Amino acid sequence: MSSQSNTQSLFDSRILGQAAIDALKKLDPRALAKNPVIFVTEVVSVVVTVFFFQELVTHQGSPLFTGQIAGWLWFTVLFANFAEAVAEGRGKAQADSLRKTRSDTSAKRYANPRDLDGQCSSINALDLKVGDVVLIEAGDIVPGDGEIVAGLAMVNESAITGESAPVLREAGGDRSAVTGGTTVISDFIKVRITAAPGSTFIDRMIALVEGAERQKTPNELALSILLSGLTIIFLIVCVTLWPLASYSGTALSITMLIALLVCLIPTTIGGLLSAIGIAGMDRLIRFNVIATSGRAVEAAGDVDTLLLDKTGTITFGNRMADEFIAISGISEQDMAEAAQTASTSDETPEGRSIVALATSRYAVPSPASAAKGTVVPFTAQTRMSGVDLPSRSLRKGAVEAVLKYCGLARASAPVEFNQVVERIARSGGTPLALAQNGMLLGVIHLKDIVKPDIRLRFAELRAMGIKTVMVTGDNALTAASIASEAGVDDFIAEATPEDKLAYIRNEQQGGRLIAMCGDGTNDAPALAQADVGVAMQTGTQAAREAGNMVDLDSDPTKLIEIVGIGKQLLMTRGALTTFSIANDVAKYFAIIPALFVAAYPQLGALNIMHLTSDKSAILSAVIFNALIIMALIPLALKGVAYRPVGAGALLRRNLTIYGLGGIIVPFIGIKIVDLIITTLHLA
Amino acid sequence: MTVIGWLQIALVLAAVLAAAVPLSTYIVRVYGGEKTLLSPVIAPLERGLYRLSGVDPLHEQNWLTYAYAMIMFSVVGFLSLYALQRTQAYLPLNPQHFDGVSPGLAFNTSVSFLTNTNWQNYSGETTMSHLTQMLGLTVHNFMSAATGLAVAFALVRGFARSGASTLGNFWVDMTRITLYILLPFSIILALVFIALGMPQTLAGSVETTTLEGVKQALSIGPVASQEAIKELGTNGGGFFNANSAHPFENPNAWTNMLEIWAMLLVPVASVLAFGRAVGDIKQGRSILIVMSILLISGVGVIYWAESNGIPALTSLGVDQMQGNMEGKEVRFGQAMSALFTAATTGTSTGAVNAMFDSLTPLAGLVPMFNLLAGCIWPGGVGSGLYGFLVVAIIAVFIAGLMVGRTPEYLGKRIETREMKLVMLAILIYPAIVLGFSGASVLLKTALDSLNNAGPHGLSEILYAYASTTANNGSAFAGLNGNTPWFNSTLGIAMVLGRFAYIVPVLALAGSLAGKKRAAASSGTFPTTGPLFVGLLLGVVIILYLLQYFPALALGPIAEHFMMLNGRSF
Repeated sequence: MSSQSNTQSLFDSRILGQAAIDALKKLDPRALAKNPVIFVTEVVSVVVTVFFFQELVTHQGSPLFTGQIAGWLWFTVLFANFAEAVAEGRGKAQADSLRKTRSDTSAKRYANPRDLDGQCSSINALDLKVGDVVLIEAGDIVPGDGEIVAGLAMVNESAITGESAPVLREAGGDRSAVTGGTTVISDFIKVRITAAPGSTFIDRMIALVEGAERQKTPNELALSILLSGLTIIFLIVCVTLWPLASYSGTALSITMLIALLVCLIPTTIGGLLSAIGIAGMDRLIRFNVIATSGRAVEAAGDVDTLLLDKTGTITFGNRMADEFIAISGISEQDMAEAAQTASTSDETPEGRSIVALATSRYAVPSPASAAKGTVVPFTAQTRMSGVDLPSRSLRKGAVEAVLKYCGLARASAPVEFNQVVERIARSGGTPLALAQNGMLLGVIHLKDIVKPDIRLRFAELRAMGIKTVMVTGDNALTAASIASEAGVDDFIAEATPEDKLAYIRNEQQGGRLIAMCGDGTNDAPALAQADVGVAMQTGTQAAREAGNMVDLDSDPTKLIEIVGIGKQLLMTRGALTTFSIANDVAKYFAIIPALFVAAYPQLGALNIMHLTSDKSAILSAVIFNALIIMALIPLALKGVAYRPVGAGALLRRNLTIYGLGGIIVPFIGIKIVDLIITTLHLA
Repeated sequence: MTVIGWLQIALVLAAVLAAAVPLSTYIVRVYGGEKTLLSPVIAPLERGLYRLSGVDPLHEQNWLTYAYAMIMFSVVGFLSLYALQRTQAYLPLNPQHFDGVSPGLAFNTSVSFLTNTNWQNYSGETTMSHLTQMLGLTVHNFMSAATGLAVAFALVRGFARSGASTLGNFWVDMTRITLYILLPFSIILALVFIALGMPQTLAGSVETTTLEGVKQALSIGPVASQEAIKELGTNGGGFFNANSAHPFENPNAWTNMLEIWAMLLVPVASVLAFGRAVGDIKQGRSILIVMSILLISGVGVIYWAESNGIPALTSLGVDQMQGNMEGKEVRFGQAMSALFTAATTGTSTGAVNAMFDSLTPLAGLVPMFNLLAGCIWPGGVGSGLYGFLVVAIIAVFIAGLMVGRTPEYLGKRIETREMKLVMLAILIYPAIVLGFSGASVLLKTALDSLNNAGPHGLSEILYAYASTTANNGSAFAGLNGNTPWFNSTLGIAMVLGRFAYIVPVLALAGSLAGKKRAAASSGTFPTTGPLFVGLLLGVVIILYLLQYFPALALGPIAEHFMMLNGRSF
C-alpha cells in the first residue's frame, strides 16, 4: 500500500485533542452498550469508585489502593474510547473537506422533463427530485448525481477524485454519469437527476468516511460474540471464586475480584475492535477507493479469484513496437533509422513507440527535424502511413498494403519475410511492413506489452492462494500468448459480458469468492454478481450502482491492493485477539498468588515474577492492562504488517509475534510496572 | 518410573492404533449407510427393525427434527429406566431380593446411565437386581454410546456436505451404530473377558470359606457382558462398587490392558473416521495427534508423580520404592494404573482401577483437568469427536483471522451463527461446574458430605461436578454423593452437560451443512500439519487453564505445594 494520495500523519495533534474530548463523551453507557467488554468494564469501574468513596469516608480498607484501581479502570474505558475516537477523527477530517464542495448550489430545472427545449427555471439544488432534468452550463456546479441525456462537456472532478485534469462526459455510452459537486468547465449538458439530495454519491461518501452509517461487519459480529462469550465465562469464574475462596479461608474483597475480572476479559481487543474496523475502511479511502459497506472490505480479504481486464491492468493497453526485423541485405541499424524517420510525425501511440524503440535499443539519434518532408497520413483506404522526403519516400503499414505499394504479391514476397510475418501473427502481435522507395526493408513487430512488474505481482498473488484470470476481447491465440507471458492462471478470450457473468457464477459454484472491476453498463450484472465489484469512477451510473466499491482514480490495477487491504484488516483483528487472550496467562501469575497467599502461603511459589506485594501485583496487572490498549492504538490504526505469502507462512509469523509475544510481553510489562509502583511507594 | 512400565504403556497405545485404523474405515461405511463385512448377517435384521418401527431409512431429517428425535428417545429411555429401578422388587431375576431403588437415587442413576455418565451413588452388587443391571443399565450403556456417536455423525455430515438441509436420520444412525459397531464388538469382547476369568452367570452369589475359616457370600452375576460395553461404550458404570479394581471386574493384567484398549478404541477410530468422511485423512490425524499429546502427557505426569511417592512418608522411613501405592492394585502396578487413570478420564469412561482420592495432588490434577476440559482427549464415544471439534472451531476462529481471511474450517466459513452456537456449548461447562461448586461450599449440608477438609475437600467437590458435567462418572471417592443436594444437582449437571451441549452442536451441524464448502488454496488456513497441531494444543490448554486456574489453585495446586512442605490430606 505504497501510494497514498493524501498522506495524513497518524497522530495529528488536532485530531488527538478532539479525540480526547470525544473519549469522555463516549462514556455515555447507552453508547458503550454496543461494546459488551468495555461496557462491563465501565460498570465495574463505577462499583469500585463507590467503594473508594466509602472507604474514604469510613476510613476503612485502603483508599489509596482502591482509588488507584478505580482510576486505572476508568482509564481502561477511556483508552478504548480514545482509540475509537482517533479512528473516527481521521475520517471526520476527510469528511469535512468533502463537505466544503457541497455548498448550496442552484439548479436550472426544465419545467417539463420530456421537453428539453422548453423553459427552465432556477431552483435550489436541495429541492431537486429524481427524474428532474437540469441544464448545466460551463462554470456551473453539477447539482446532483445524474445521467447525461444530451450534450457533452469537460468536467472537473477534482472535488471527488483529487485529479485536476478535466474529463470528458457525454450522453450515451460509458461516460454518461456525472456526480454532484463536480464542475462543468466547457460546453453544456442536460442531465437527468438519478439520486435525491442527501443520498448522492458525495453524501454517501461523507457518511461512510465519518462512520455515521457504520454497522458491524459479519466477521466483526462473530468476533464480538466470541469476546462476549469469554466475558461471560470470566464473570462466572470471578463470581464463583468468592465462595471458593471463602471456603479456603480467604475473604476476597470485591475490588480485588473486579481487578481480576477486568484483567481477564479481553479488554485489549474489545477496546480496539471498532477502531480496527474504522481504520481499515479509512485505509481504503486514503487509497481513493470508496467501499459501500464494511462487508465488502472483509470480502476483499477472502477473494480467491481476481478477474482482471487485460488492457490497462496487465498490459499498457497500446500496441507498442517491440523489435525491428530486417530482411537479409538490410542492416538492422538502417532499418531502425528508416522506421524512426517514417514515424517521426506519427503521433499515434504506435508511432511514438517506434521512435522510442529506435532511440533506446538501436541508438538512432533523435530526428533533428521532422517536418522537412511531406507527411503521408494513415487512411482506412491505404492502411499505411509514411513520409516523402526529397531523397526517399518511406511507407509503413499493414503487410498487404505495403506489399501492394511495393508491387509484390504475398506469394512473391521473400520467404523469410513471410515467415517473420506469420511468426508475429501467431504470437499475438501485429506485423507492420516497412518499405523505402518501393523496396521492402523489413517488419516492425508491434505487440501488446505486458507491464514489467506484473508477472511478479501475479506470482505473489499465487503464493497467497489467489487465482488471476485475464479478461480480454482478443482471440484465443493472442490471449493465450499474453496470458503465458504475464503469468496469469487462466484467461477468458473474446469475452462478452455474458461470458464474464457465467465465469463468475461458475467459480462461485465451486466455492470461490470473486473480485472484478468494470466501468461499462454492460459490466453491471457481473459487477453485481461478483463478491467484490470495483466500479471505476469514470464509469456509468449503472456500473457504480452495481459494484460495492468505487475507485476514484479509475485504475483497475488497484484491485490487487484492495485485496491486500481487506486481508490486512482481518489479520489485524486476529493478531490483536490472539495477543489479548494470550496476555491472560501472565495476569493469572500476577494476581492468583496475590489473592490467595494469605490463605495458602505456599501458593507464593506461583509468584514467578517476584512482584513486591499482593497489592502491587494486582495494581501492576490492572495498569498494564490499561496501558497496553494505548500502546496498541497505532498498530490498530496502521494494521499489522502484511506480506504476500502463503497462509502457512503468515500464520507461523503472526502466531510467533502475537501468540508467543502475547504470552511473554505482559510478564515483562507487569514486572516493570511493579518496579515503578514500588519505587514510587504507590502500593 | 521404569522402562518396562513405559513399554507397557506404548504397547497398549500401539494396539489401540493398530485396531483403530481398520475400524475407522468400517465406521465410515456404517456412517455412509454402505455395505459392510457384517451386512449379510445384520442387514436383514436392520431392515426388519425399520419395518417393525415404521422408519423409512431413506428419509433424512434436518437438525431440529434430528435433535427432537434424540431428545424424545432419551426421555422415553429415562422414564423406562426409572420405572424399572423402582419396581425391581416385583420383577424377575432378583436372586438377592433387593428392594426397589429410592426415588432420589433412581433419578440420579437413570440420568447417569442415560447420559453416558455412569456416576454411581450406589453399590451395584447390593442395590440393583440382575434384571435392572441387564435390561436397564446395560441397555443404556449401548444406547447412550450410540447417541453420542450419532450426534458426532451428524456433525461430521455438517462438515462433509455442501449446501445440504439434512443431517441424516437419527433412528437409522442409532440402529446401524448399535447393530454394526457396538453389539458385535461387545459380544466378542465379553467372550474374551470370560475366557480370561470374568464371571458371567445369573446366580446371585457364591459361598466361599476365607483363610480364617469364615464363610462369606461373594456377589457375582452377568459381569463380563456389562464389562465389555462398559469400556467399549466409554460408560464406566461398574457391576461392583469397586469398579475395575474389583477382582471379578478386572481379574488380571491382561484384562486390565484389554479394558484400557477397549475404552480408547472407538473414540480414536471415530476421529480417524472423521478425516476419511470429510475426504482428507490428515484432518483426522492432526486432531488425533493433539489428543494423543494431551493424553500421553497426562499419563506421564501421573506416572512420574505417583512413582515419586510422598515426601512426608519417606521421612517417616516408609519404603517408597514402589511409589505411592495407596489405593492401587499390586496386580496392575504404577504404569498401568497411570494409563488407566488418564484413559478413563481422557475418554468419558470413568471406570477406575485405582482410587483417585489417594493420588498425589499433581497426579490428581491430571484426571481433574481432563474432566474440566470435558473429557475430549480422545473423549467419549462420539462426544469426544464433537467436543473436540467445537474447541477446534474456536482455535480456527481466533487464529484463522491472522492469515487475512474469514476463518474457515474444512471449507466452512465460521460466522456469527456458528460462533453463537459454539460459545453457547462452551459456556455450559464453567457455568455448571463453577456455579454448583461455588454453591456447594456455601451450604452446610453439602460440606457435611466431605471426608476431607482443606484444599482436598474442594478438589472432591470440583471433581464431582466436573465428572458429572463431562459425563465421565468417575469420583474422587471422598465425597458422599447420595444426599438430596448432590443427587439432584449432580443429576442436573449430567443432563445439562449432555443435552445443553448436544443441542447447540446439532444446530451447528445444521448450520454448517447448509453452507457451501469453499475451495481450498494456498491462502487457506491450514488445519493439518505441525503448525496447526501446536496451535490447537496451545488454544486447548490456554482456554481451559484460563477458566479453571483460580479454582485449581485453591484445590490441587495449593495441596501440591503443601505436600512439598510436608502436609497431606
